[in-house]
Amino acid sequence: MNNKRIDEDFDSLLLRKGHIIEPFSDIDETADILIENKKIKKIAKSITHECRTIDCQDKIIVPGLMDMHTHLREPGQEYKETIETGTAAAMAGGFTAIACMPNTNPVIDTRSDIEFIKKQSKDFLVDVHPIGAVTKGSEGEELTEMGDMVDAGAVGFSDDGIPVKKASILRNSLEYSKFLNTRIIDHCEDLNLSGDGVMNEGYYSTLLGLSPLSSLSEDIMVMRDILIAEYTKTPIHIAHVSTKGSVKIIEDAKSRGVPVTAETCPHFLLLTDKDVSSFDTNKKMKPPLRTEEDKEAVIEGLKRGVIDVIASDHAPHHSDEKDIEFDKAAFGIIGLETVVGLILTFFVDKKVFSLKDFIGMMSIRPREILNLPIIKIEENHSANLTILDLNKKWKVDKSLFKSKSRNTPFHEWELKGRSIGVINNGKIYLEQ
Amino acid sequence: MEFKSKHLLGLENISKSDINILLKTAFSFKKVLERSIPKVPTLRGKTVVNLFFEPSTRTRFSFELAEKRLSADTVNFSASSSSVLKGETLKDTIRNIESMKIDLVVMRHSSPGASLYLSQCINAAVINAGDGAHEHPTQALLDMMTIQEKLGSIEGLNIIILGDIKHSRVCRSNIFGLQTMGAKVGVCGPGPLLPRDIEKMGVTVYPTVEDAIAEADVLNILRIQLERQKGGLFPSLREYRNLYGITKERITQAPKKLLIMHPGPINRGVEIDSEVADGEHSVILKQVTNGVAVRMAALYLLSGKEANKIIKESS
Repeated sequence: MNNKRIDEDFDSLLLRKGHIIEPFSDIDETADILIENKKIKKIAKSITHECRTIDCQDKIIVPGLMDMHTHLREPGQEYKETIETGTAAAMAGGFTAIACMPNTNPVIDTRSDIEFIKKQSKDFLVDVHPIGAVTKGSEGEELTEMGDMVDAGAVGFSDDGIPVKKASILRNSLEYSKFLNTRIIDHCEDLNLSGDGVMNEGYYSTLLGLSPLSSLSEDIMVMRDILIAEYTKTPIHIAHVSTKGSVKIIEDAKSRGVPVTAETCPHFLLLTDKDVSSFDTNKKMKPPLRTEEDKEAVIEGLKRGVIDVIASDHAPHHSDEKDIEFDKAAFGIIGLETVVGLILTFFVDKKVFSLKDFIGMMSIRPREILNLPIIKIEENHSANLTILDLNKKWKVDKSLFKSKSRNTPFHEWELKGRSIGVINNGKIYLEQ
Repeated sequence: MEFKSKHLLGLENISKSDINILLKTAFSFKKVLERSIPKVPTLRGKTVVNLFFEPSTRTRFSFELAEKRLSADTVNFSASSSSVLKGETLKDTIRNIESMKIDLVVMRHSSPGASLYLSQCINAAVINAGDGAHEHPTQALLDMMTIQEKLGSIEGLNIIILGDIKHSRVCRSNIFGLQTMGAKVGVCGPGPLLPRDIEKMGVTVYPTVEDAIAEADVLNILRIQLERQKGGLFPSLREYRNLYGITKERITQAPKKLLIMHPGPINRGVEIDSEVADGEHSVILKQVTNGVAVRMAALYLLSGKEANKIIKESS
């Protein structure tokens, strides 16, 4: 199956002199880590053991990172990405786990679909956690067999790509999911308000004559979802938050105790609708790049914990779907191989957030939200680790991506800091 | 006087000097058009492709005539009779056409930014003949030429554009060009047809057509399309005429001698009444005449010809 593997198996491995940061157990120390049989055997100041040894001096060892919003495109659109190439991109980007969205062809809406993804990713370094559709075919009419899918390994439910259109169906799905101990994730967009919009509505859409997509379209749906979550007393997760309005609505909801969580993406923290002025289709995604004011509010939201998670919304598309007129191009950009570098460069290095915050947003909170075990760096725990080099200067080169697609707006960006390797399930990927 | 632009994609990023050269050259060609044989051999041996992905009568006709008056070889391509219907991409279409060796491409397309994209795909010079709701530079240039012809200078004039501002490429190009030339620009139309943050473009928004007429030197009236009514953007053509239609009664209230313009085709009795369209203030047909001269100027300058030469020749 996995014939182009870029990771390797190991039995024992010694990580020497790494700086371990693990906020959940409050660890912040330099030590050696011995891994045997997929588990952390020993953590100590100095370990002597005859086995493969990796010098981790000046490197940071953190709990394996997780991207909770990825599109792997398999089954059905293997020309954009496959489970194999998508997980290779995840490894190269520093992730040991991803959750993949169900808007494939066919839509992931039955137990056998979940089983297919689990089977395709069996024994991989990267844990692939499928998200099932909320409604059959994501058509917004009938609920899927969520219980059966949870049993097969689904970690959450979403009609991502589009919202759960009917308020009544969203309500039912929340009430139904409540007893299954799983989470509904909604793509918040009022499709009527979006119309044929292709970029954020504002000065730049007016300047460019591109069909506008208002922030109102997101805000109204976030408000609807929160009111339903509040009424049903059931948790909901808001995908890819991009507006100042959403941040405010979520903050108000959290302060009155509504069980809502939220994620945003690196592009909403680093780019704005002004960047669309060149009609670059790699700056076209849904939700669209917003204004400077929205960008600042989303960053503030992350800093204050209103937004819990940074996720990539990795959305691979073939160049044929991007190298065309802007309004005809596909929505979405890839992100697995750039997220970590971007966040380390522009937020951790610049001290907007601490490294502990970063681990919270990219390892702890995603797993908490999806009811997955928190990764700890402690003896007898599974060895699930990401190794970061905070000082490594590098330039994004899309031609070197492990992903099948190249649709990134960050090509040739100069970054400082990246993941240089990941360890999980008795496998290691180390950058060459 | 050196013309710097390599393409004519829009008026947003074009200098005042280049606009002046274009307008001056257009006035020279207008004199050529008034000769008994209104044709010059200037572009002999050059090949111009007219790529029309959207239906257009007058713009295409105007470009074709301009090309013929300059003795260029022309090829016409329209979406309905082309491989576009067979699913070919814009890039493939244009690269195929370019392989047949062409010098200039004139394109009308429904996607904003399509002409910029085209200019990135090929080596030939590109003239944007309208890209979605983005720009339509030759229309704005012919509007400016007509204003200059009638009122002498554009600088300091108050020019107000009326109607469907949101979906209008003519409006955007006019705003950019007129502001570069020192005019004040205003807009007026139903709320849902005004794009968000339009005032950040430096234009004044007039709430009523009466307010607009009270301050205007020039009214540029846009065509209102019935399909916008179906999209729920305004209630009816009847109400549109009541609130925004330019009637004789309305323009007699104007304190200044108004110039009435319209890019056509006009809906008589909707956005403009016949008495106004055919009346003494109207320069609508002069705009059409000037359109040919402006397009000749654009074709001429973009094929690398010296502006001074034709200006000297025709004077």
